[in-house]
Amino acid sequence: MNLPYRITLEKRLDTPRIVLWLVPVVSILIALAFGAIVLAFAGANPLEAYGQILTGAFGSLTAWLDGQFYAVSETVVRTVPLILTGLAVAVAFRMRFWNIGAEGQLVFGGVFAAWVALFLPGVIPGIPQTPWVYLPLMALAAVAGGAIWALIPAFLKAYLEVDEIITTIMLNFVAILTYQYLFTGPWKDPEGQGFPGSALFPEFTWLPRLTGRVTLGLVLALAAAVVVWLVFDHTKLGYEIALMGENPEAARYAGVNRASIIIVVMVLSGGLAGLAGFTETAGISHRLQQGLAIGNGFTGIIVAWVAKLRPGWIVVVAFLLSALFVGGDQLQISMGLPASIGAFFQGMILLFILGGDVFTRYRVKITRRPAAVAVEV
Amino acid sequence: MNRLKRWMLLLAALAIVAAACSSGGTTTTAAGGGDTGGDTGDEMTEPLEVAFVYVAPIGDLGWTWAHDQGRKAIEDQFGDKVKTTFVENVPEGPDAERVIRDLAQKGNDLIITTSFGFMDPTIAVASEFPDVEFVHISGFKTADNVSTLFGRMYQPRYLSGIVAGAATETNTIGYVAAFPIPEVIRGINAFALGVQQSAPDAVVKVVWTNTWFGPPEEKEAAEALLASGADVIAQHQDTTEPQKAAADAGAFSIGYDSDMRAFVGDTVLTSPVWNWGVKYVDIVQQMLDGTYKGGFQYWGGMDDGIVDLAPMSPLVSEETSAVVEKARQAIIAGQTDVFCGPIEGANGNMVVADGKCLTDGEMLSMDWFVAGVEGEAPAEAPTGLGE
Repeated sequence: MNLPYRITLEKRLDTPRIVLWLVPVVSILIALAFGAIVLAFAGANPLEAYGQILTGAFGSLTAWLDGQFYAVSETVVRTVPLILTGLAVAVAFRMRFWNIGAEGQLVFGGVFAAWVALFLPGVIPGIPQTPWVYLPLMALAAVAGGAIWALIPAFLKAYLEVDEIITTIMLNFVAILTYQYLFTGPWKDPEGQGFPGSALFPEFTWLPRLTGRVTLGLVLALAAAVVVWLVFDHTKLGYEIALMGENPEAARYAGVNRASIIIVVMVLSGGLAGLAGFTETAGISHRLQQGLAIGNGFTGIIVAWVAKLRPGWIVVVAFLLSALFVGGDQLQISMGLPASIGAFFQGMILLFILGGDVFTRYRVKITRRPAAVAVEV
Repeated sequence: MNRLKRWMLLLAALAIVAAACSSGGTTTTAAGGGDTGGDTGDEMTEPLEVAFVYVAPIGDLGWTWAHDQGRKAIEDQFGDKVKTTFVENVPEGPDAERVIRDLAQKGNDLIITTSFGFMDPTIAVASEFPDVEFVHISGFKTADNVSTLFGRMYQPRYLSGIVAGAATETNTIGYVAAFPIPEVIRGINAFALGVQQSAPDAVVKVVWTNTWFGPPEEKEAAEALLASGADVIAQHQDTTEPQKAAADAGAFSIGYDSDMRAFVGDTVLTSPVWNWGVKYVDIVQQMLDGTYKGGFQYWGGMDDGIVDLAPMSPLVSEETSAVVEKARQAIIAGQTDVFCGPIEGANGNMVVADGKCLTDGEMLSMDWFVAGVEGEAPAEAPTGLGE
């Protein structure tokens, strides 16, 4: 192909503020335009569909005036685990430790929390059976569960140089199978007629609900975001994590102990993911059952990446992504479109946002080719 | 009285919505203005709104597809008197609660949730919407407005076992199964008892996939069974993948849910099938008539037509078809049932003595394998069941 112009991508030395804002906005607009074409092909009115997604995710004006905030509360319910997994991934990714295992760490957190709820009252009957004692215990257990599961790839990387992408991905499957084994086997509800699922947790282990199905887990997730922000921006540890990510050689010269920082980071990362397992079991399902491993750990990667690993933005992106999931259901419920259209639409928006990121880091340069090149047989 | 109140509330709600939608538009005459004398309550009847919650996409050609056939049967039967919606691919567990509640809030009159994992969410939402009727498929919890609906699938499964037993040459039959729960175990046992009618020495090998809808897992499990010597593949899954894997390997298979021969070909010898429409139409009719009473537990068999065996593939011999038809008629007539003794457990225990039959309760909590089934069951076979 011989164009008179050559189009090249050139790395930006610094990105103007306006570009940082403009690129995501334009990406979303282009995604919406493409989405409109797809929806039109599927036989739906795109504007009506977008309206339904918005009301499905945030509610309508009439509902608000009526005092009904159900729709937006469900969006918040879905946001909580995404904030925590997003933070979990961000902590590891900031050090360029590619933890793809948040899903498994979340599941292990849920399993540990479930053990406390189901069996601790029997093992140590003396512990006061109140939420004040049991909820902190379950949260700690969940953090421990996620951290333990994250420590396996951490040790393998720190001391044996085993690639963490492989180990964290594979351990997801081990965690999910272990959890399925527990609720289909030894932890199965004795009164469940043999159906899979643990017994219902005792009521003093349920996270209190604030409104609708929104629980105290929301406060926990927001607090976690603040803590991660403090660690990133205001501690020596945060600085070392960033330094390890940007330039491991420089970090070594600066006296950062590589092995121990990998371990600390993965304890943090796994612990945060494990906490999501706690909010989902103690807050929503109240038992160990199918439905804990629905991909929040993987979606957390997208959340962290779109938010450029910044805790504040993780909260915002988790909420918006959750709105996309919850509102996307309306494509089926109200518009009668097949489920695949919803998934397709969500995928496309993410693709455009992630793809658009190229233009914040590179700029497009168009140069005129020398005339001689155009001469050809 | 109560009915009238509900209509008035609905009208009021409609008026609010209409007002909100057409703000700034032309003023519409409110209903009840009395300008057209013919507007009696009867003629203004809104269609009965029926919503379905599906665990897999309709394109699974199996479980969910069969339910959607039931939904279509309602539409065909009642036309304008009903309005149906469905939500497919809803994961089991907490997320389902949101979808079910949303459907209830949107004013559906009847909500049918078609997977076991929707049980707790259905019960939870139903308690908030006492005026909405719920039907849950395959569970065991009911409420005033939650009924359960299921079928004695073990009956046609037994019949399909007779066909599989006649077809096997290696005396090894593979069974791709979702979860080790009573529903699935009951199906495996019934199938194995059928197999033993035509091939007394045959074994049924079971592989668990731990998923209802997992095309790759279902295919891999079937391939593993084929590699271990099975020449007929049966299944308790949502899709046609095990059937396709068998066909690719030149083996026979037994379908499930829908007449899978229509999708895969004649190597699918027959399929135990669900005819959900039979019961769905019945329920909707009762709701339209105002005679519906929720909170029931229904577990019907081939005599009601909710379960049956699909037509035989031309590859099945006349002789086998005749044997199957005879057994089918005997079950429909109530002369015999599948789980009547003598039945031996996989561990050699005599579970059901001659002359006794399992009770519904024993069948509904079945967690052990009969002799001739190889695989992991949750429990050892007990002794002395049945009455």
